[in-house]
Amino acid sequence: MPISTSSAVQRFDDKARESFESVGQTTVYRGELLRHPVYTRLLHWMVALFFFLALFTGFAIYLPWLFRWFTPIFGGGPLSRVMHPWFGVGFVFFFGLQALNWLQPMIWTAADSNWTRNMGKIVSGEAKMDPPDTGFFNAGQKIQFWEIVGGCVAYLITGIILWAGARTFGRISVAISYVVHDISALIMLGGIFIHIYESTFGQPGTFQSMIRGAVSEAWAWTFHPAWYKQVAGRDPQQACEEARRQMTTGSKP
Amino acid sequence: MADRRTLQAEMISAHSGPAPGYGMQRDLEVCKLVDTTTCIGCKACEVACAEWNDLPFSPTTFDNTYQTMPETRWNFWNLIKFNEHQNPDGTIQWLMRKDQCMHCADPGCLAACPADGAIVKYANGIVDFNQENCIGCEFCVSGCPFNIPRFNPETKRVYKCTLCSDRVGEGLEPACIKACPTGCLKFGTKDDMKFIGEERAKQLRENFGWQNAGVYDPQSVGGTHVIYVLHDATDPERYGDLPKNPQIPWSYTVWKWLFKPVLGTFALFGFLGVLFHYVTSGPRRTQPEPPEKDGADANINV
Repeated sequence: MPISTSSAVQRFDDKARESFESVGQTTVYRGELLRHPVYTRLLHWMVALFFFLALFTGFAIYLPWLFRWFTPIFGGGPLSRVMHPWFGVGFVFFFGLQALNWLQPMIWTAADSNWTRNMGKIVSGEAKMDPPDTGFFNAGQKIQFWEIVGGCVAYLITGIILWAGARTFGRISVAISYVVHDISALIMLGGIFIHIYESTFGQPGTFQSMIRGAVSEAWAWTFHPAWYKQVAGRDPQQACEEARRQMTTGSKP
Repeated sequence: MADRRTLQAEMISAHSGPAPGYGMQRDLEVCKLVDTTTCIGCKACEVACAEWNDLPFSPTTFDNTYQTMPETRWNFWNLIKFNEHQNPDGTIQWLMRKDQCMHCADPGCLAACPADGAIVKYANGIVDFNQENCIGCEFCVSGCPFNIPRFNPETKRVYKCTLCSDRVGEGLEPACIKACPTGCLKFGTKDDMKFIGEERAKQLRENFGWQNAGVYDPQSVGGTHVIYVLHDATDPERYGDLPKNPQIPWSYTVWKWLFKPVLGTFALFGFLGVLFHYVTSGPRRTQPEPPEKDGADANINV
C-alpha cells in the first residue's frame, strides 16, 4: 500500500466510532454482517443533508430558470446567497471527518484496477457477482470517494474566494473560481444520481447498510466477496453455491 | 422620444418618392462627456449626486488630498479623483477625474450577475441595478473592469451610479450635469458627445500642445456611455486607475452561454442514465437468486 493511515488518525477514528456507539445502536441479526457503525452512518447523513442544502441553495445562484424554483424554499435570493457558503462549510466539515474515517478502506489496490477492467460486465449485469477480490469498497465507490475529496478541496478554495469576493481576491481569481466551483458541482450532481441509484434500486439490499448498519451475508458475498471472506471466514463462492443448493432443495416439495 | 418616432411619416399619399425624412432617426443612445481638462475639482457633481439620489453620507477619511474619500462607496457613486502626476520633465500635472459607473455597451457586471433581473441595460445605454432582485453575491464586482459596484453589508445589496435613469427617462439631464459650473460635464446622444469630445481633443492637440490628447471610449467593452476627454489618452492610468484596455473575464460569457446548458444537460444525463439502466439491465440482485417458478403457466397465473 502506498499510503497508510497515521496512527493518530486511526486513534481518533477508533475513539469516535466507539463513543458514537452510545448515540445509536446497530442490531445485527443472524445471517447478517455489520457494515457501517453508528459514527459512519451519522457522518453519511450529515454529509447528505448539507450536500442537498448546499446543492439547492447553489441551484438558486446557478441557473436563472432554477432561480424562481429554489430561492423561495430558502427565503429568497439574498438568504440563499448568505446560507449557501455555510451549508458548504458543513458539507466539507462532515465529509472531512468521513474521509478520515474511510481513508484506510478507500486506498486504491490492484483489485480495484481489476474491477475497473470488468466494469462493463458488472454494470450490464452480465457478471452476477463482483470479482472475487472486491473488498469493503469497490473501485466505483472509491472513484466517487476520491472525486468528492478532490471536489471538496476545489469547493473550499474556490468557495472561500467567491465568499470573500473580488474586493479581497481580485477579479480574475473570482472569475476562474466561479467556473471551477460550478464544474465541481456538476460532476457531483451527476455522481449523486448514480450513488443513490446503486444504493437503492440498482442493488437491492444496499440501503439498509446506511440505515440499520447491517447487510445480509448474501449481499456481502455477492457485491464484496473479499470483504465477506475477511469477516465471515468462508469462501464467498462456496457460500453462494451452498445457499443455492439449500434454496433449490428447499423450494422443491 | 418613442412617440416622436411613431409619428414619423412613413408613407405619404400621392407623393413622388419616399416620405421625406423617413428612416432618418437620431441615435437614442445617451452619453455623458467628462472633459478632464476643464474640471476644476469643485465637487458640485458629488453633492448633486448625493442630493438627487438621496444618499446618506457617512464619515470619511482625510488622506491629505482634496479627494472626498479614497474610492466610491455604496452611498457615494460620484467621486472626483485627484491625482498628482509627475511628467518626465519634472513638472507636475494636477489631474481631476470624475469616477463613476461607465455604463459599458458590453457590461461585465451584467455578464457576471446570476440573479434574474438584478441588472438591466436599457436601449439608451444606461446600465442599472435593480436592488429588489439583487442577491448580494458580488459577482458583478469581479465582472466590472472599472471597480464600480459597491456592496452594502446592511441591505446585502449592491449599488452604483444609475446615470440618473429616473431623470433621463423624464427627458432631464443627470444631476451631476446640471450642477457642473464649468461645462466640463455634458450630456446628450453618444454621437454628439463623441463629436464634441473629438473636437475638444483636436483643439487641445492643435492649440494647447497636448500632443496625445484624445477621447477615452474603450472599445474592449464595446464603448462606454460615459466618455472622457484626456490630456493624454495614451496613459489613462494616471487619472486614478482608469484602465487602458478594460477587460471582462471571458469565463463568464463562455460559462453562461456554453458550459451551463451543455454541462447542465450532462448532469441531467446522470439521472436519465440510471433510469435507462434500471429499465434495460435492471437491478443486480444478491446471489443466489431464488429459482424461477417451474412450468409454462407460472407467469400466466400472476
